Amino acid sequence: MTKFKFEPIFHLAKRTDIDWKKSWGIRLAAFILSILACAVVSTLISDRSFGFFFENFFKAFNTPQKLWNFFHDTAILLIIALAVTPCFKMRFWNIGGEGQILMGALGSAVIITFMGGKYPDPATIILSLVLSLAFGIVWAVIPALFKAKWNTNETLLTLMMNYISVCIVDYFIKSEASSGTGTMSFDKGVVGPIGNNEFILKIILVAIVTIFMVVYLRYSKHGYELAVVGESEKTARYIGINTKKVIVRTLILCGAICGLIGFMLVSATNHSINTASTVAGKGFTGVLISWLGHFNPLGMLLCSFLFVFIDRGATQVSTYARLGASYPDMMTGIFFFFIVATEFFINYKILPTHHFKKKAKAEEVEEDTTETEQTEDVLAETVPTLNENVVEDTNSAVTEAEDTATPVVENTKEVE
Amino acid sequence: MFVTLITQAIRFGVVFLYGSTGETIVEKSGHLNLGIPGIMCMGAIGGCMGANIATKAGSGAFGVILATIFFAMLMAGMMGAVYGFFTITLRCNQNVTGLIITTFGAGTLGFWGSMMGREGTTFFESSKVFTAPMFGEVGSDWFSTIFLSHGVLVYVGIVIAIIVAIVLKHTRTGLSLTAVGENPGAADAAGIKVIKYKYTACILGAAISGIGGAFYLLDCTRGSLEYVIEAMGWLAVALVIFSLWRPNIGILGSFIFGLLYILPNYVEGVGFAEKEILKIVPYAVTALVLIVISFFNKKETQPPAGLGVNYFREER
Repeated sequence: MTKFKFEPIFHLAKRTDIDWKKSWGIRLAAFILSILACAVVSTLISDRSFGFFFENFFKAFNTPQKLWNFFHDTAILLIIALAVTPCFKMRFWNIGGEGQILMGALGSAVIITFMGGKYPDPATIILSLVLSLAFGIVWAVIPALFKAKWNTNETLLTLMMNYISVCIVDYFIKSEASSGTGTMSFDKGVVGPIGNNEFILKIILVAIVTIFMVVYLRYSKHGYELAVVGESEKTARYIGINTKKVIVRTLILCGAICGLIGFMLVSATNHSINTASTVAGKGFTGVLISWLGHFNPLGMLLCSFLFVFIDRGATQVSTYARLGASYPDMMTGIFFFFIVATEFFINYKILPTHHFKKKAKAEEVEEDTTETEQTEDVLAETVPTLNENVVEDTNSAVTEAEDTATPVVENTKEVE
Repeated sequence: MFVTLITQAIRFGVVFLYGSTGETIVEKSGHLNLGIPGIMCMGAIGGCMGANIATKAGSGAFGVILATIFFAMLMAGMMGAVYGFFTITLRCNQNVTGLIITTFGAGTLGFWGSMMGREGTTFFESSKVFTAPMFGEVGSDWFSTIFLSHGVLVYVGIVIAIIVAIVLKHTRTGLSLTAVGENPGAADAAGIKVIKYKYTACILGAAISGIGGAFYLLDCTRGSLEYVIEAMGWLAVALVIFSLWRPNIGILGSFIFGLLYILPNYVEGVGFAEKEILKIVPYAVTALVLIVISFFNKKETQPPAGLGVNYFREER
C-alpha cells in the first residue's frame, strides 16, 4: 500500500509580458466588482434595498459643486501619492507621508498665526509656503539620514514619526488657539479663491507637479539613479552611484512635496488646522494609491480617481441612510481588497503542474491551451532575437510537436 | 494616588501586551503586519458580540469569558487569515495589505459601534465579568492592589506572553519560526514547511492581538464603546520594537507604555498643551530604540532579516 500523497494540480509562474491594456482591463473589472460587493454588503448590513445603494451613490456627482469637489479630492490624493512614489521606487518604505504633510501644515499654521493680519497677505503666503516646505523636508530627511548612515528600519521609524508629529501639532494648537475644540481657524493671510473658484488653483498646481514627476522619474538622471538603487543596491554601488546621497536627495524631494501639500491643505483648502481632519489618513491612502498605480503617474491618477469615486459615493449613501461616518472607510477597504487581489493575477499566472498534465494526456483530454502558452514562453526565451513572423511560423510548428522543449529548439534552428 | 497610577498602568498596558505579543509572532515569521490596529478593532467587535451572546444565554462568568475569547480570536483570526492569504499566497505588498486591513477594521468598528448605539445595545452588563477582580476581594495594601486586583484577562494576557516567549526561544517550533523569518529560503531547504509556519503565525498572532481589542472595550472602558483602539494598536506595533521582539521584555515594556499612556491624565499642575508633549514620549522612545539598535547593529537585537519581504520559492 502506498501512502496517499497530495499532489498540487497547479503551480504559479511569474508573468512578465502582460500588455497594459489587458492589465488595466482586469483592474477595471475588479473595480466594477468591488462596487457590486459594496452594494451587496450595504444591503446585508442595513435595512435598505440593493437599488437604494446605487440610487444614492450617484447623487454624489449630480451638481457642478460636487463634481469640483470630486476633482479636487482626486487631485489632492494624486499629489500625495506622487510625493511618496520616488521613495517606493527606491524601495524606501516611507509610510510617513501622513506626518510629513502634517508638519508641512504646521509650518503654514505657525506663520499665519504670527503674521496673519499684521503683515501684507502675499508676504504671509510666501513665508508660509517656505516654512511648510522646510518642515516637510526636515521630517522626511530625518529617517533618510538614519537609513543612509545606520540602515535603520525606515518603515517603523516613519510610522513613529507620524505620531510624534500629531502630538507636536496638537501641542501647537492647544497652546495657541483660544477655543478648546482642537481646531485652529484662520481668516487672514490665506490663499483665497481665484475668480470664485477655490479649486482651480490647486488642480493646476497638482497638474504641474504631476508633469514634473513624470519627467523626473522617467527622463532625468536622478530618476534613473533612484530606480537602480531600488532594483539592486549592490548594482548601484558597482556602477558608482552614491546610494546614501540618492536616498537623502530623494527624501528631500518627497518632503518638499509633502510640505507643499500641507501648505495647500491649510492655506488654500481648509483655512484651519486640526490633527484629526487636516490630513485624516490621506497620507496612508496615498501610499496605497502609489503602490496600486505601479508608481506610474497615470496609473495613480486612475487609482485615486476610482478611490475618490467610491469614497464620495459611499459618503453620500451613508448620509441618506444614516449609516455613520465610518461607513465609507469600510467601503473603501472592500475596494482596496479587490484591487490588491487583482495584482496577483496580473503578476502571476496559474499553470497546471507537470504531474497533472501527464495525467491529462494519458486520459486523452483535449489539448490544453495553457500548455501551448507555456511552450510559447519557452520559445520566447530560447530565441529572443527572432522577429514576429518567424515566431508565428515556429508557433504552428510547436503546436504540432508532441514534446515541449527539445523540438522547439530544433524547429527554430531550422528556421534560422 | 501612586498605587492607583501603577494599577491603571498595568491594566492599560495589557492592551498593548496582547497586541505586541501577537505582532511579535507575526513579525517572527517575516511578515510586518501593519493591520494589527484594524485586527484589534475586529477582535473588539467579536469579543463584545461573544460576551453579549453568552450573557443573554444566561451562562456563568466562565462561559462568558470563554465565549468572549473565542469570538475575539475568531474575528481577529479571520482578518489574520485574510492578511496571510494576501501576503503569503497572493504575495501582495505587506505594508499595503496591512494598511488596508487597518482602514477596513477601524471603519468596521466605527460602523458597528454606531449600529449598536442606535439599537441601544450596551455591554456594561457583560463587562462586569471582566472588571471583577480575579482573586476576589483582596486586601487594600499596595501589593494586593497593584498585582492582585485585576480582572481575569490581565492575567491571561501575561500568561500568554510568557508562554509565547518560552516557545519562541526554547522550542523547536519557535526556532523554526525564527528561521523562517530570518531566511525563508534556507529554512525551506532545511525542510521546514515555510508556508505552513507563515500561515500559522499570521492567524495565531492576529487572534492573540484580537483579544486585546476585546479586553480594552470590556475591561478598560467598562463596556462603553470607544474608538481609540486604532491608536492603541499603533502603540502595540511600537512596543514590538521596544521589546526587541521578545514578549517577556514586552510585559515590562507594556507596563511602561501603559504608564506613559495614562500619565497625562494623572499629572497635576501641567497645562492643557503640555500634556500633548507627554504623549510623544512612547513614540519618541520607540524611535530612539530603533535608532540605537541599528547603531549598535548586534545580531540579537535586529528585526528579523526577512521582515517585509514575501517569499517566492522560484525566485532567486
